[in-house]
Amino acid sequence: MAIKEKAPAAALAAPAAPSNRLAAARRRLGWTGMACVGVVGAVVLAAVVGQFLAPYDPTVGSVTQRHLGSSAEHLLGTDQAGRDIFSRLLAGARTSLLGPLIVVGATAVAGSALALTAVWFGGKVDAFLGRVLDVLFAFPSLLLAILAVAIFGPGLVTASIALAIAYIPYSARVIRSVALRERSLPYVKAAELQGINGFTITVRHILPNVWTQILTGSTINFGYAIVDLAALSFLGLGIQPPEADWGLMISNGQESLQQGFPEQSLYAGLCIVVTVAAMAYIGERLGGRAAAGRSKS
Amino acid sequence: MSSNIIEISGLNKTFRVGGKHEPVRALDDVSVTVREGSCLAVVGESGSGKTTLARVLVGLETKDSGEVRIAGSPVTASLRRREQRRRARAVQMVFQDPNGSLNRRLPVGAAVDEVLRAHFRLSAAERRARVSELFRSVGLTDAHAQSLPANLSGGQKQRVAIARAFAAEPQVIVLDEAVSALDVSVQAQVLDLLHELRRDKGLSYLFITHDLSVVRTIADDVLVMRHGQVLERGSVGDVLDRPRSPYTKLLLECAPKPGWKPRRGVIDHLNSEIAS
Repeated sequence: MAIKEKAPAAALAAPAAPSNRLAAARRRLGWTGMACVGVVGAVVLAAVVGQFLAPYDPTVGSVTQRHLGSSAEHLLGTDQAGRDIFSRLLAGARTSLLGPLIVVGATAVAGSALALTAVWFGGKVDAFLGRVLDVLFAFPSLLLAILAVAIFGPGLVTASIALAIAYIPYSARVIRSVALRERSLPYVKAAELQGINGFTITVRHILPNVWTQILTGSTINFGYAIVDLAALSFLGLGIQPPEADWGLMISNGQESLQQGFPEQSLYAGLCIVVTVAAMAYIGERLGGRAAAGRSKS
Repeated sequence: MSSNIIEISGLNKTFRVGGKHEPVRALDDVSVTVREGSCLAVVGESGSGKTTLARVLVGLETKDSGEVRIAGSPVTASLRRREQRRRARAVQMVFQDPNGSLNRRLPVGAAVDEVLRAHFRLSAAERRARVSELFRSVGLTDAHAQSLPANLSGGQKQRVAIARAFAAEPQVIVLDEAVSALDVSVQAQVLDLLHELRRDKGLSYLFITHDLSVVRTIADDVLVMRHGQVLERGSVGDVLDRPRSPYTKLLLECAPKPGWKPRRGVIDHLNSEIAS
């Protein structure tokens, strides 16, 4: 709280030095938040270069090496096909992040666009878009995703876009309600009177004021998306084996789980939980900050 | 004719409140003219229709019937882009609450810059120069232009709002209770500023207020409204010193004056309130 109260000098110096920026980020997020940023950073790093760091080929196993426990050779053991679990986790980071990223990105862009359009024009446009969203609401998200996959064939991108469509109404509804309040504030009226066009007002005035809601919503969606994509992969509609993916690894590990080898599902599940929790914490911190900032001004 | 910058005739506006209530007549056959370069104050109690008049004038509210002309051309609450831009060049408004009328996430200089961008073909450097010129004209500096509204005081924010209203170089500025939210010393500064700007730029003001002392300071003419109707209009001296309508007399009596003391009866009443 203390930092944002009155920070004229700090606020005026727009392009801060990197060290200042780091300190500012730490103040914004707190130490826990910074740790979460570290976790997310590590996962992103794994997604980018994990394949090259992996000690074994994540897609090739050996029948003689099945269900090995942790050892110096296999850090986290091997799965039912004798593949190195640590290598698969590293390689799986990419699809596990990429899929939800597509879902979250597409949801945020389309949801905001729909919500802001509805809010700006209001009246009949708002009512019409509201009905369209209601129709989308009526479809269970997984059903919609299965339908899309049935038409366009399985795969990461198809599954992600299908999920995004299913998420749009939720995100649009939240953003609409926040944007509606912004729209009614006098500064929007003032900008209108100044002869500034609707698109500019929406993008330059309303969007920055609902941005934190979009961001917070996205971090929450990210968690859902990881889980839902895992479900699609489990149904054989998302990532195709032997490709590595955390969600797929959980479902692949189910049989081994019953046989007393929980490693694969356990570690993949842990990766998902830690990543989602870190994202959610960052989102909450940012969202809470924004709310505090608003109530003050 | 040409000396009137604002001509409003036979303006009507009704609001429907709830389902069963009688529609409220916010403006009932209102006719107003403002001479070019003058300041017309509109006074009246809450709900007298003075704010509705301002909102119709700037196009925030549609009218039911009647005619509104600024500098000879009609004003409508049209959503058409060209109409809006044209109207913005003719009339601007300063709102009562500077906190609400400025975007809390936009540096105030950028808010003014954006108006220039919407109306003039200027390079980035020209706009920057114009913004700092506008800020100087309202007694602020370039450092103020960089800051967010939260880092400015109420008076400074209202100065920004005034600078922004001037940016489009309008002919008329509507000030809706523009100094009511400011404390008295800041109020005096802002009124001085408005007076100076009017003199320098030859603007006309429509000044909505409920504060009669402010009316004396800034206005040339005054219009008294009640229940959506114009009760009385004339020069400030005529209306405030020799009021004809009984309502204006009442308004004047209610205004605190120098040396004003609560009357005996009031004190007795207050005492009995405290005792009970």
